[in-house]
Amino acid sequence: MEPRTLFDKVWEAHVVTNRFAGVRDDGGPVLLYVDLHLVHEVTSPQAFEGLRLAGRGVRRPDLTLATVDHNVSTGDRGLPVADQVAALQLATLASNAREAGIELHDLDSPDQGIVHVIGPELGATRPGSVIVCGDSHTSTHGAFGALAVGIGTSEVEHVLATQCIVQSRPRTMEVRFTGTPQAGVGAKDLILALIRRLGTAGGSGYVLEYTGDAIRALSMEGRMTVCNMSIEAGARAGMIAPDETTFEFLASRPRSPRGEAWDRAVEAWRMLASDPDARYDHAVVIDSAALGPQVTWGTNPGMTAEITERVPHPSDAPSDAERQSYHRALEYMDLRPGTPLEGLRVDRVFLGSCTNGRLSDLREAAGVARGRRVASGVRAMVVPGSQRVKAAAEAEGLDRVFLEAGFEWRNPGCSMCLGMNEDILAPGERCASTSNRNFEGRQGRGGRTHLMSPAMAAAAAIEGCLVDVRGVVRGRG
Amino acid sequence: MHTGRVAALPRANVDTDQIIPKQFLKRIERTGFGPSLFFDWRYLADGSPDPAFELNRPDARGASILLAGHNFGCGSSREHAPWALADYGFRAIIAPSFADIFHGNCCQNGLLPVTLSEKAVQQLFHRAESATDGYELTVDLMTTIVRDARGFESAFAIDAYRRDMLLQGLDEIGRTLRHEPEIAAFESARS
Ligand code: SF4
Repeated sequence: MEPRTLFDKVWEAHVVTNRFAGVRDDGGPVLLYVDLHLVHEVTSPQAFEGLRLAGRGVRRPDLTLATVDHNVSTGDRGLPVADQVAALQLATLASNAREAGIELHDLDSPDQGIVHVIGPELGATRPGSVIVCGDSHTSTHGAFGALAVGIGTSEVEHVLATQCIVQSRPRTMEVRFTGTPQAGVGAKDLILALIRRLGTAGGSGYVLEYTGDAIRALSMEGRMTVCNMSIEAGARAGMIAPDETTFEFLASRPRSPRGEAWDRAVEAWRMLASDPDARYDHAVVIDSAALGPQVTWGTNPGMTAEITERVPHPSDAPSDAERQSYHRALEYMDLRPGTPLEGLRVDRVFLGSCTNGRLSDLREAAGVARGRRVASGVRAMVVPGSQRVKAAAEAEGLDRVFLEAGFEWRNPGCSMCLGMNEDILAPGERCASTSNRNFEGRQGRGGRTHLMSPAMAAAAAIEGCLVDVRGVVRGRG
Repeated sequence: MHTGRVAALPRANVDTDQIIPKQFLKRIERTGFGPSLFFDWRYLADGSPDPAFELNRPDARGASILLAGHNFGCGSSREHAPWALADYGFRAIIAPSFADIFHGNCCQNGLLPVTLSEKAVQQLFHRAESATDGYELTVDLMTTIVRDARGFESAFAIDAYRRDMLLQGLDEIGRTLRHEPEIAAFESARS
């Protein structure tokens, strides 16, 4: 048998029919079976409405899991939802889920949280499965060796009705991170460095498989951070072959199989890794030992530099088309070429999101914040990715570390990652953020976002400016 | 086949957060997003149209074809983006490349994404710029050709399945449900 990649194995195990819709040419789409469909309040109401209008039902409510995250308030959950339009959207999901018999983790659930945090946490995310969600960062779940793709609302409706998606076969790219990163350099830095290298469209049409020693050494949380931002390189999905780290993470999750079923599952999951001679359509190698902490300076995640670098000049742009983008970005970000990135003053700090809102992220940030104070004039908030993350962090006292340092400790949700609730930047405010998108206005109209790791963001909060976390940690002595 | 006025937006990496900012994603309908299209670029802080924004230029009024830079529609999977573009009146978008999910979302909504070479798109930008009182293009999905009245002509590629869907306006779910027996067989084989 031809050697196959992880992607090939998952794809081929899910093809329902490749004689789909009478289109016979090889490049045409196939019908792919979906093992898990994650649903949230923003991209689903029109899909349920569409089903109702067509008189169709939900085929597999048992393979569907819903939560509220995008537009929820991160303030006091004891109060009614103040935003009436948001409240209607939340109520709509609740009634749709009830009607269809879909498990929903609503505001009062101990398992509520960002959809890409709770899936893995509950053990719903499984190696070798096909996972979809009406959300681009569905790629997160690829950290478990799943093929996880973001879809639009029409496709959400399609999956609800048929439990399948129509997909044309993407190409594969191996992204190998060799070596051991320096202290202070982590998963977020690896993925930002890759996006800088590939550009925001460099992964277009590909599924990325992350390999190499630096990936193997990452925790599941770190792997999720990497896979999460695959979409920012334009990729359809990101994947990492499951290994002992994966199995250990899943072993005691509420939805994980038990006993003999668990043993059988692990045995099958071990077979998923790419065969030694498997071929990829494209390959990239990055020496992780050579990387410093990364920070974005512009208005897309490809506009990344090391913290020790300076704001680039438009003439540094890789192409003519990008030169214009550099101009615009520098203007929007109010930055002058040649200014050192280290030392740029920040007004706000955001720790959270499906990229970096997990327990290990909060530990990393707390490690920097412990015993220090947020710089005066800086507003810093910590938004755990889920109720479980929040409870676990409180159990080990991280909330107190943050509160004593002057951070706000809030309730779970997407929060300032996209600012659909009250957590937004004011025009002109500069923010150190652990989220995944630094687009114009993403965190609030006129707001200026710099993406970085949790450790770097915590350090920025303490120093009041972008700073090399390697120096901050060393300075602790 | 569609002939219409072109609005030129010579920017690369236009993301869906720009196309439809998040504060408009709370609606539970598919319609009514047109007025919020490109909100942060289109309107000044006081709510009046920003005359400097490309879509607000007099020669872009009534445009139904959008011309843009590469990687159009990157970022979020929000289908509100094509809903807003379609609601505004666009029928086709021409760019050197599109983000994957956005491309699929457009096809679901009868909004045709036309991929032309970087060179062809540059040419169109020049032609649009020099036509003083509006520039028109014809996009023909049957023959997969884009042309103007003054000799520009370029073929575009689109996969057969998508083209079929767009031309026949087929209900994709209905199409998939014709494979119900295969889906059921797949389910029972693995349970
Ligand atoms: S945290 Fe941000 S990126 Fe993640 S699902 Fe929420 S809005 Fe999307």
